Amino acid sequence: MSASANDLLVERLGNRFKQALKESSDFRGDLSIVLEPSSVVDVARYLKEEEGFDYFLYATAVDWPARDPRFTVVWEVRSLANKTRVRIKTTAAMPEPHAPSLTAVWPAADWHERETWDLLGITFDGHPDPRRILMPQTWEGHPLRKDYVSFGEPVIFSDQKLEGLEPDAIRG
Amino acid sequence: MGELKLRPVPMLTGRAAGPTPLNALGDNLLTTTLDKVINWGRSSAIWPALFGLACCAIEMMGTVGPRHDLSRFGSELFRASPRQADLMIVSGRVSIKMAPVLRQIYDQMPEPKWVIAMGACASSAGMFNNYAIVQSVDKIVPVDIYIPGCPPRPEALIDAVVKLQRKIRGEPLVKRSA
Amino acid sequence: MAETRVKQEPFGPGPTQEPFGPEHEPPTEWMELNMGPQHPSTHGVLRVRLKLDGEVVRDADADIGYLHTGFEKSFEDKTYTQGITFSDRMDYLAPPINNVGFVMSVEKLIEVDVPPRAQAIRVMMMELARIASHELWLGTAGLDLGVYSGFFYAWRDRELVLDLNEMYSGVRMMTSFTRVGGVAWDLPDGWLEQLQRFIDVMPARIDDFESMLTENPIWRQRLEGVGVLSREDAIEVGVTGPMLRASGVDYDVRKAFPYCGYEQYAFDVPLGSNGDCYDRYRVRVQEMRESLKILQQVVGSLPSGPWLPNNRKVALPPRSELSKSMESVIHHFRLVSEGFKGPAGDVYAFVESPRGELGFYLVSDATNKPYRMKVRPPSFCNLQPLKKLVQGVLLADVIAIMGSMDFILGDVDR
Repeated sequence: MSASANDLLVERLGNRFKQALKESSDFRGDLSIVLEPSSVVDVARYLKEEEGFDYFLYATAVDWPARDPRFTVVWEVRSLANKTRVRIKTTAAMPEPHAPSLTAVWPAADWHERETWDLLGITFDGHPDPRRILMPQTWEGHPLRKDYVSFGEPVIFSDQKLEGLEPDAIRG
Repeated sequence: MGELKLRPVPMLTGRAAGPTPLNALGDNLLTTTLDKVINWGRSSAIWPALFGLACCAIEMMGTVGPRHDLSRFGSELFRASPRQADLMIVSGRVSIKMAPVLRQIYDQMPEPKWVIAMGACASSAGMFNNYAIVQSVDKIVPVDIYIPGCPPRPEALIDAVVKLQRKIRGEPLVKRSA
Repeated sequence: MAETRVKQEPFGPGPTQEPFGPEHEPPTEWMELNMGPQHPSTHGVLRVRLKLDGEVVRDADADIGYLHTGFEKSFEDKTYTQGITFSDRMDYLAPPINNVGFVMSVEKLIEVDVPPRAQAIRVMMMELARIASHELWLGTAGLDLGVYSGFFYAWRDRELVLDLNEMYSGVRMMTSFTRVGGVAWDLPDGWLEQLQRFIDVMPARIDDFESMLTENPIWRQRLEGVGVLSREDAIEVGVTGPMLRASGVDYDVRKAFPYCGYEQYAFDVPLGSNGDCYDRYRVRVQEMRESLKILQQVVGSLPSGPWLPNNRKVALPPRSELSKSMESVIHHFRLVSEGFKGPAGDVYAFVESPRGELGFYLVSDATNKPYRMKVRPPSFCNLQPLKKLVQGVLLADVIAIMGSMDFILGDVDR
């Protein structure tokens, strides 16, 4: 994406959503926009319907323990027709970080947001199915956080009680 | 000496062998010869259970493929149902979520059964010393043969199966060695 | 025979045909069937919980995570060069492509140019990996549907690619052949001749395979009209790769955003029109032929020159220099022990793997290790619409659909 096209998009966004756009950057040709959490869904809808960003790429979050707010939640989408990309970022603070879910705008965000909840603990408000996806349902903790120690976890066997949640292993 | 009458029930072996007549006979010329025959039979047709987990499973499929043909060594078929298999080749990394499933499949296999830990991840968690991978599959099931490699070549898997066959033939029928 | 009522339990919210709950008793009993994680047709350790109404599937829930390895956490702990060895094991059917994607994200971050010979070597290894992966797919997806002999044909061809891998990198599968800025080694003697023999022999073998399957009435009946994903739906649910192209969307990363010199090579991108399993099969077989075309062009136009950039801050100096120059030794020492640092920032680099767009989102905090390396796996995105695709199909079609998605659990779970 050429630099001027990125700048024009930022300009249009700035005109349309005045307070929402906190900052934007164009690092190595990748356009990122940082938004207020409350305006993310509106901007997303605008990007999809009027700017043509129809293809969802991924959603994730980055944990910066030294910063406050701690998490930066990232979604990236692409416009297949215009061959452009934009990275939408917002922040989420401890305790109980949460961000709006974009599954209403891009249904493909479903599993990506579930994974972000599972591995980083960001609750997505309005997500239709907020379950863990990669770790077992009874897992405690969010492995990709920087304060999560990564070694030596015990294995849960089928004869141990799994209270209230769907069993992961098939029980005979 | 007369005809040796065997009880008309399936012969139990190993730990399941209680005080059967065969057990009570101990090691004599007849039982050791019978041992040899039965062990030869068992080792010549080891049918693995389909238990491919990750990258090593692809090399396991390569071992079954036309260039390195595992069925030359008796492993004609990989059985999808563990009830019909006698070898479990744990090929690939075992994650925490998969570990209870692994144990259940192992339990569902009837005796006698053997386990080959194929690859670095099954033998010792390989390069993944983290929260998600069980650090060696022998924490969950008893392993007979470990194969190093990431992934091991098909020739290495064939070598392991041949070694296992020799191990099986060395086992007496009445007592199962650990 | 007494009829027992099966307790209807919802999986969780999601698009289903009838509402759940005790107040909406459906007229028939739905059986919950568990498929996997140990199952011959799930292509790895995938668990799918199906709700069956007789032979018809009413709902499905894909339970993944049985191969979750913590790659993204591991990447944070390793330098950029150490991470290359890890990246192989994610999509383990085409490891060279993971390698290239990983180093591309680092190269984008630190802005280092890759010499042309290294780019050509990368293209050759990637296209070989694409052929090997599609062959494997043909073999295993066919195996699920009953093509037992096809598995052996496919593997015979795959072994040729693995031989080439081994000649080049020493390893059959996990090549780890890229380094940041280039590739690790130059091509050995005789490799190009062997590759040429491969290119000469393959078209006939692909034709062989096609003659066995493409017009086969059983194959067509199993695959045509099954798992249809329309063009709009395909973009909406975010599928990628051959699944997207079979639905008629002309998007291939190699054409849309060329990398590693793909713009120099002439090749077509096969597109389907119906978006069913049969189209996906046709797209993948045609892609193998296009890969052979690309390989032939690269062999014909291979540039000479270095395979690592001359930048001692990023790439190891040649071994011959180590005995002559103290500075080289110091550079070598620093690169091997500590690695190099990049600027702070975040980049997204992506390549076309046989499954679709494989992306690496790298966040750096100006140290020698990635701060966060998020992998955008194509198989994860392709597996997402399983719930939607299998509603109302027969159980046997579920196998065909899962086969046509060509997902690999190493990629899905990471």
